[in-house]
Amino acid sequence: MTSENLVYLIALPLFSSALLMLLGRKADKWGHVFATLISASTFVVGAMEFFAMIDRPESSRAVTQKLFTWISVGTFNVDAGLLLDQLSIAFVLLITGVGTLIHVYSIAYMSHDRDRRRFFAYLNFFIAAMLLLVLGDSYLNLYVGWEGVGLASYLLIGFWNQKPEYATAAKKAFVANRVGDFGLSVAVMIAFANFGAVSFIGIEEKVGGASEAALTAMGLMLLLAAAGKSAQFPLQAWLGDAMAGPTPVSALIHAATMVTAGVYLITRSNFVFDNAPTAQLAVVMVGTITLLFGAIIGMAKDDIKKALAASTMSQIGYMIMASGFGPAGYAFAIMHLLTHGFFKAGMFLGAGSVMHGMNDEVNMRRYGGLAKFMPITSITFGLGYLAIIGVPPFAGFYSKDKIIETAFNAGGVQGVLFGSAALLGAVITAFYMTRLMLMTFFGNKRWAEGSEPHESPFLMWAPMAVLAVGSVASGYLLYSGKAIVKWLAPVVDKDHHEHAEFLPPIVVTTLAVVAVIIGVSIAFIKYRGELSERAPSEVSIFTRVTRRDLLQDDANEFLFMRPGQKLTQLLVKTDESVIDGAVRAVGSSALGSARGMRKLQTGYVRNYALLILIGALVALFAALVVTL
Amino acid sequence: MNPTNYLYLSAILFSIGAVGVIVRKNAIVVFMCIELMLNAANLAFVTFAKINGNLEGQVMAFFTMVVAACEVVVGLAIIVTIFRSRRSASVDDASLLSR
Repeated sequence: MTSENLVYLIALPLFSSALLMLLGRKADKWGHVFATLISASTFVVGAMEFFAMIDRPESSRAVTQKLFTWISVGTFNVDAGLLLDQLSIAFVLLITGVGTLIHVYSIAYMSHDRDRRRFFAYLNFFIAAMLLLVLGDSYLNLYVGWEGVGLASYLLIGFWNQKPEYATAAKKAFVANRVGDFGLSVAVMIAFANFGAVSFIGIEEKVGGASEAALTAMGLMLLLAAAGKSAQFPLQAWLGDAMAGPTPVSALIHAATMVTAGVYLITRSNFVFDNAPTAQLAVVMVGTITLLFGAIIGMAKDDIKKALAASTMSQIGYMIMASGFGPAGYAFAIMHLLTHGFFKAGMFLGAGSVMHGMNDEVNMRRYGGLAKFMPITSITFGLGYLAIIGVPPFAGFYSKDKIIETAFNAGGVQGVLFGSAALLGAVITAFYMTRLMLMTFFGNKRWAEGSEPHESPFLMWAPMAVLAVGSVASGYLLYSGKAIVKWLAPVVDKDHHEHAEFLPPIVVTTLAVVAVIIGVSIAFIKYRGELSERAPSEVSIFTRVTRRDLLQDDANEFLFMRPGQKLTQLLVKTDESVIDGAVRAVGSSALGSARGMRKLQTGYVRNYALLILIGALVALFAALVVTL
Repeated sequence: MNPTNYLYLSAILFSIGAVGVIVRKNAIVVFMCIELMLNAANLAFVTFAKINGNLEGQVMAFFTMVVAACEVVVGLAIIVTIFRSRRSASVDDASLLSR
């Protein structure tokens, strides 16, 4: 089926973004309202498409729209086409819905910033690029959106680029993303070389006849791309620094939507991964490493946004892990992605609200006892907290519990290992989130002088409240009657596999709840009393390493940056001595010979006459020699 | 008389002229030396005409005289102009190239 309306999803925010950027300061007065209205109307278009989709029978739910013929070379044709199916629509609603809420929030949050219009122009650009990413019907179209969100992320992390360290953070994110983008471009090339096609449908048709090696290579390259965009090991280091951006950006781009693009990519490429078990195993391993890595970093962070960023990394680790389990896991990866979109965006907005009331203080050691002063923020944040640690019946409980269950069901030693890692991650998540709650909203007041915490304005707490409702209800709504599994099955589980059960679900659920209780109790024991304003300095080596983000920056510096600098220096030297040297030698030899030749030109007539005479004599002599 | 002797005379005159062009500074003298060289050539032409018994050499001598007359006109004009502007007829003084 085709639809003519899909293009508006992308065109509306793109138009608004271009308009706000081109009009410049003229649009300062109304730009933020306009951008928010555009975002809301995009959501309306998305919702209309969603309801139209529900009305159609399951077999014809996907709709496409061809925009124009993009590349046409011989037998190779790429259309700029859009595809809206059961998977895309979930993302469209998340992006436009959460995006609109965050637009509303930003009107108040950014009200004191003189560049608020530019901020909204970037936000709208991000919405357009992200929608293109999830709506593109081929890897090439997806790639355009993929680069677009990278650009938007760069622009928004460095939004306050007058601070050099913020500009550096933006650059770091961009560079790490480039590594991933390289993977995606290689994956597209592998697809083209092996299948002669880059569209999802085209590849899916031919995937049966491809060699497993090619599919594995493509899968690994897609994994690299996903690792770059979704801050997965080993490209995870940029996400913490990306918190330099304004808090709404952290909520929208670096928690709810853009960083989950890797999960979308893997789920969308299910036809590749399902036929490449090695790549799938790599996906699961990357996810498992990252979920523990992020959780461990989260335990040691005092910066509220960086703690949440570490938590995002860890939660996306869960999603990537689930998507590596194949048809059994895709639906749960997407489900966790959606619930995470609600509760993590809600918590980031809550963190922004706290910062708003505390003179932009981010250090949790200078918070404490804020629940009394910010009741709405603490309640909405608290609901998000209950969701993320997985307390039944909040949203995160359903999604995370199913992922842990899927991990155990993978079977064999692997299943036990991955399942235990996921359970351990749940314990740590419960610990660091409880720590965050206790340090921020409870305990003794450790405020900096002059802090007067106050509740944020309506425009800020209303989106938080909506997201809190999502954090409470979305898990049950998505999972009741296996709704999400059935909904996504036509895309990710066409053959309706039967999934074996390693442990009965009730046992896994019990284990997960016990894990939460353990994590929460440890945090209560350690952080319930009076806390100091400064982080303790006499700590174990483990804590110190964790505070340095498990040496992720040191490792990158040692493995890539220093050798890279050495290589650059070597190249500069070679350039100076060899290439520049050769050029300079040509110049100076010409100059030297010219200096010698110049001596011949004395300016005396008799010298010239003598030379003419000598020349004539030589000529004569030569003629004589020749004739004799 | 052996016509070869005229050739020797011609060679001697030519050499005197050439040395004069190279060593003298006064532009008028240099000019006269050039005339000497031209006339030495003329003498050689005429001698060759005599030796070979044809008129080609003599015709060439007329051509040379015509060219020499033109050259004298132009050359003297240049020398006079240089003398007017520089108050000197020395060929060395007319060097404007810096060292």
